[in-house]
Amino acid sequence: MSAAAELTGLSLRAVSQRLQAGQVSSRELVEACLSRIEATDGRVGAFLHVTAAAARAAAAESDARQAAGRRLGPLDGVPVALKDLFLTKGVPTTAGSKLLEGFIPPVDGTAVARLKGAGAVLLGKLNMDEFAMGSSNENSAFRPCHNPWDLTRTPGGSSGGSAAALAARQVYGTLGSDTGGSIRLPASFCGVVGVKPTWGRVSRSGVVAFASSLDQPGPLGREVWDAAALLQAIAGQDPADQTTSARPVDDYLGGLEGGAGGLRIGVPAEWFQGGLEPGVEAAVRAALATYQRLGATLVEISLPHSRYGIGAYYLIATAEASSNLARYDGVRFGHRAAGVRGLKELYAESRAQGFGAEPKRRIMLGTYALSSGYYDAYYLRAQKVRTLIRRDFDAAFARCDVVAGPVAPGPAFRLGEKTGDPLQMYLADIFTITCNLAALPGLSVPCGLSGGLPVGLQLVGRPFDEAGLLRAARALERELGPSPAPAALEAP
Amino acid sequence: MSLTLDEVRRIARLARLRLSPEEEAAFVGQLSAILDHVALLGELDVSQVEPMTHALAAGEASPLRQDVPLPCLTTEEALANAPAREGSCFKVPRIIE
Repeated sequence: MSAAAELTGLSLRAVSQRLQAGQVSSRELVEACLSRIEATDGRVGAFLHVTAAAARAAAAESDARQAAGRRLGPLDGVPVALKDLFLTKGVPTTAGSKLLEGFIPPVDGTAVARLKGAGAVLLGKLNMDEFAMGSSNENSAFRPCHNPWDLTRTPGGSSGGSAAALAARQVYGTLGSDTGGSIRLPASFCGVVGVKPTWGRVSRSGVVAFASSLDQPGPLGREVWDAAALLQAIAGQDPADQTTSARPVDDYLGGLEGGAGGLRIGVPAEWFQGGLEPGVEAAVRAALATYQRLGATLVEISLPHSRYGIGAYYLIATAEASSNLARYDGVRFGHRAAGVRGLKELYAESRAQGFGAEPKRRIMLGTYALSSGYYDAYYLRAQKVRTLIRRDFDAAFARCDVVAGPVAPGPAFRLGEKTGDPLQMYLADIFTITCNLAALPGLSVPCGLSGGLPVGLQLVGRPFDEAGLLRAARALERELGPSPAPAALEAP
Repeated sequence: MSLTLDEVRRIARLARLRLSPEEEAAFVGQLSAILDHVALLGELDVSQVEPMTHALAAGEASPLRQDVPLPCLTTEEALANAPAREGSCFKVPRIIE
């Protein structure tokens, strides 16, 4: 194995320690990652933009800080990449849409500014479903993204590039966003750790909006520590996002090794009923047995309104999307149709040309759900069902500390398998969506393989208990070891 | 629950989306299928349930900031991504037809 390949195989935690000890430079890490991207991304398709020159400059600054004894912290000098809906000053940000092709943000979003402030080196922008709408990354307007474990399969979505880049050993940490499972599903499909924080824990300022009451940015890493370090950097109140919580941010890394002794794990019957792929169920049940061996208690719980999650979600998310996406009008930024007569035609034609099929479908559904005469029957009713779903979790958390189950009914599905039927695609999110509706923190941690493909265990916690979730995930990871590197990319 | 072609066209007008005849036809079927699934919510008696209008508990979100001016984008920054501009304005087609 070459020195560069050895470097890209390390976790964020490991490279952070080596940087700290002066055993490797940020510049060496950046070159190793760029070589790895060059060698693999033609087959993976994780990146939409690679910012090599800016990364080299930022790495040189980091190395200068290290030489001067002014290292900023665990992320200083570490190459990271971002889902392409985080606004990056001077770097194209497309949200996976032709509509935003060529858009250059004038500012960094809050999470991006915080990562840069922590010394992280931005390597580029990652592939995603258009406007974060999708579960397979196949709605990217630019290129498909492939699962590094099996290139004929999807990496999951919508943060497909964020998970695939980590599995392909192209970069040490990434950010994604999760509206209905868009961090946890790809993390599960690609064998990495993905955290969807409590709504309001991480600022949404400078993140292209999809459904504002559900969207939450969060980190992905190859190990729990890696995701925890990234979350530590981006979490916390932000004056630019009035919906961020004023609560102090917990010490995620400090409590990570606390183990699972005494932990009460709620196992919802509804998440194991019908349609679960046998290999996924076996891996998840084995993880639960591991927790018992570690001193945790399993508690049977019920989340009786789970089956209404998809329906409530596809009314609320589409209603909010139809409102958020009204800003793309061809006037201030984004695609503008040529040769139109009048303003209304400019709007209708620019949007027709700029949006792909999925955003159009969701704008249509959301517009209908909010339209005169239908609001009470659809949007308002969905908001009430949302209350019932939250109450299910509140009742469960009186008896347990975390809720555990599968992230998805099966492992990564094949590219093209679900593209013909939008409803089947939506059902991929059946276990992840209630966590968003209830505004709770959730994560996916690798718990084994099914047919050679990664399986993620989903943990959902009390509001703002990211520290407890990460500790529980780390306890499992310590037993099972982090997910190995996929072999598919190394085949001759 | 099935939508008619006329309803799809009405929604597209509200959404300021020009749809091709093929898109209109596809949406009639696809949106109807999704609405069929959504109809499941009708089973529940929600007459006594408050809607969840905010994801955070009351008092959890940040208080309003002080009403003092803060730096914002310059005119040039704000116009930098404009598809068409004239001077310091966004340029649009004729509005009054």
